Amino acid sequence: MGILKKTDGRLSSRREPITDTRLLLTVTIYIFFAMYIMSIFVWGGGFRRPQQLFDMLNNNASLIVVACGLTIVMITGGIDISVGGITALVAMTCAVHLDNGGTVWSALAISLGIGLAFGLVHATLIAYMEIQPFIVTLAGMFFARGMTTVVSVNPHTVENAQFLALKESAIQIPFLGHTANNGNLIPAKIEYGVIIALIVVAVVFILLRWARLGRNFYAVGGNNQSALMLGINVKRTKFFGYLISGLLSGIGGFVFLMHTGAGNAANATGAEMNAIACAIIGGTLLTGGVGSVIGTFFGVLTLTTIKSIVIASGLNEPWWQSITTGAMLCFFILLQSVILSGRGQKGSTEQIE
Amino acid sequence: MKKKASSVETGELQIKNKGDYSQLLIPLISLLVLIIFNVIRDVGFFNISIISNNQGYKVLSGNIISILNGASELAILAMGMTLVTAACGGQDISVGAAAAIAGSVFVKILRGGGAITPGLVIVAFLACCAVAVVFGAFNGTLVAVFNIQPMIATLILFTAGRSIAYWINGGATPTVTSPIINALGGFIPGVPVPTPIFIVAICGIIFALLFKFTNLGLYTQAVGINHRAARLNGINTTWVKLLSFMILGICCAVSGVIAVGRLGLINHETLLLEIEMDAILAVAIGGNALGGGKFKMAGSVLGAYAIQTLTTTLYAMKVPSTSIKAYKAVVIILIVLLGSPVFKEAANKIKLRFTGGKEPVTVEGK
Repeated sequence: MGILKKTDGRLSSRREPITDTRLLLTVTIYIFFAMYIMSIFVWGGGFRRPQQLFDMLNNNASLIVVACGLTIVMITGGIDISVGGITALVAMTCAVHLDNGGTVWSALAISLGIGLAFGLVHATLIAYMEIQPFIVTLAGMFFARGMTTVVSVNPHTVENAQFLALKESAIQIPFLGHTANNGNLIPAKIEYGVIIALIVVAVVFILLRWARLGRNFYAVGGNNQSALMLGINVKRTKFFGYLISGLLSGIGGFVFLMHTGAGNAANATGAEMNAIACAIIGGTLLTGGVGSVIGTFFGVLTLTTIKSIVIASGLNEPWWQSITTGAMLCFFILLQSVILSGRGQKGSTEQIE
Repeated sequence: MKKKASSVETGELQIKNKGDYSQLLIPLISLLVLIIFNVIRDVGFFNISIISNNQGYKVLSGNIISILNGASELAILAMGMTLVTAACGGQDISVGAAAAIAGSVFVKILRGGGAITPGLVIVAFLACCAVAVVFGAFNGTLVAVFNIQPMIATLILFTAGRSIAYWINGGATPTVTSPIINALGGFIPGVPVPTPIFIVAICGIIFALLFKFTNLGLYTQAVGINHRAARLNGINTTWVKLLSFMILGICCAVSGVIAVGRLGLINHETLLLEIEMDAILAVAIGGNALGGGKFKMAGSVLGAYAIQTLTTTLYAMKVPSTSIKAYKAVVIILIVLLGSPVFKEAANKIKLRFTGGKEPVTVEGK
């Protein structure tokens, strides 16, 4: 599935066929830009300001981080639905820790530790004990959500000065700002959480594109048996997939706290389903072997744009957002199915062989 | 795979489709362990007493009754989920949302027609079944015709379902007050056993009759094990998959109606919240492969009761309701660890050592 690309001199006259991953990625990017440009012309207003785009990133930095980990797991053909729970647990634990004499660095260490611990347990149970990933990560989600309330039942707002300084600080870009009604220039702001998210996207992209481990993820997800016959250590590859996903969930929890500044048992509710939806919109198949982290990044942006458009078009009732999200999800899923079956390669039929 | 493993376990040659009950061991053992644990912890845990409820009728009361009663919705959903899992090799994560939609339709019709008569309740029930079947067919079409993985296809309804339920009734939490509705979720006057237990029994009997007199079970297994081979053998695989989702739709409607009957109102946000996870869990604890193929519906029902027993036990141990999930997770992992292939292999080796190292006769092949 596009793993072994061959640029043979004799074939140079003919264009190389585009891989499934690239095709779905291209479609997503085009649709995102088309939607965004359309909303600039139709609704104008906030969409014309660069800050709108930056806010999308600011609000969804943790979702991007978490969805990156999920994308890796989905490429190996698995699933991790514990990401939202781990995000909430990390945010709550760090919030309580920061107010009990902790520093930002120790909080960061705790978030990485929790993420790694969950990743390690999931990875061992799934890869080496051969238990279905859905059940293991479901238990992980239950455990994380339960532990969050054990840490603290009540919402906890961070008052640590060092952390608040980090939370309030943001990169300001004056020339992309806009003029407020009273004539003051409001510079565009990007939070540090977004920088972390972008670094994660870049690192995962490099891992998936050039590292041996990353290529192994695709091979294992594309076809378990042939990967084994090619001499790939399937179990170890899966192990690292879930380990990375757990670690990124930990980082995602810290980024979440950097944005909201409060721990709450209801934090990141439904984040796992949002992350899965973003990965799907970004062209990752649950059957495995197809997907890219850039696609997931644009998936997050697309989903957020849809929500912004719903609000901009005056459908303020609470139910419209989830109904339109569902409808868009339906559209993208059908689009994937039609595109891939048009190419004579259905994800699901490949798995059976 | 499954076949081979089971015959290794029993150590004798088995004939296909006969006496393969080893699958039921996992839910039975977990249920037994929970019961023994409870008896040791508190001898009176399983006492049944007769009390008068607030309507003045004599009814049975006790932990066993509350477990059987409380697991009703879960057991019914687990039956439907088993079928979908077996046929499609994936799970429906929208059952909670579908039940909320069905419940909303049920309440909407009951509130629209003046006095609530038995006839109106039946009409409302049929209508909500029809709506649930339509939504089930929508999921089923995505899965069967467009070849989308079930979890992704049902993610759509999972996202939008509860909002649709809200939209049907136009907000708030509408209530229905009628003795008939109370009887659906509570007790029929003069009958000491809660009605939901009867409804589960009726559903179980209907499924048993379906498997006995139709090819539903056989076809579902055939499609789940290898859907290409099933098609080459003349089975309409699209229809079988679609049908499994439509049957699950009816299960959603029934459990939605029970849940409405319990409270006498519909709350689109909390009605059967997160039950999809429990239903999938029940299927898994029941020893059914989540990848499809062979299935035992009785296993899933036992799994549902095991989950409810666990929940009741934790409540009895004064675990706060918010942190109950954490304890549940540990037990879940222990249960699935016992049923994992690696563990089974290790158990087999130990067993072989005790039986004098004699190799059991195994059935080769799939």
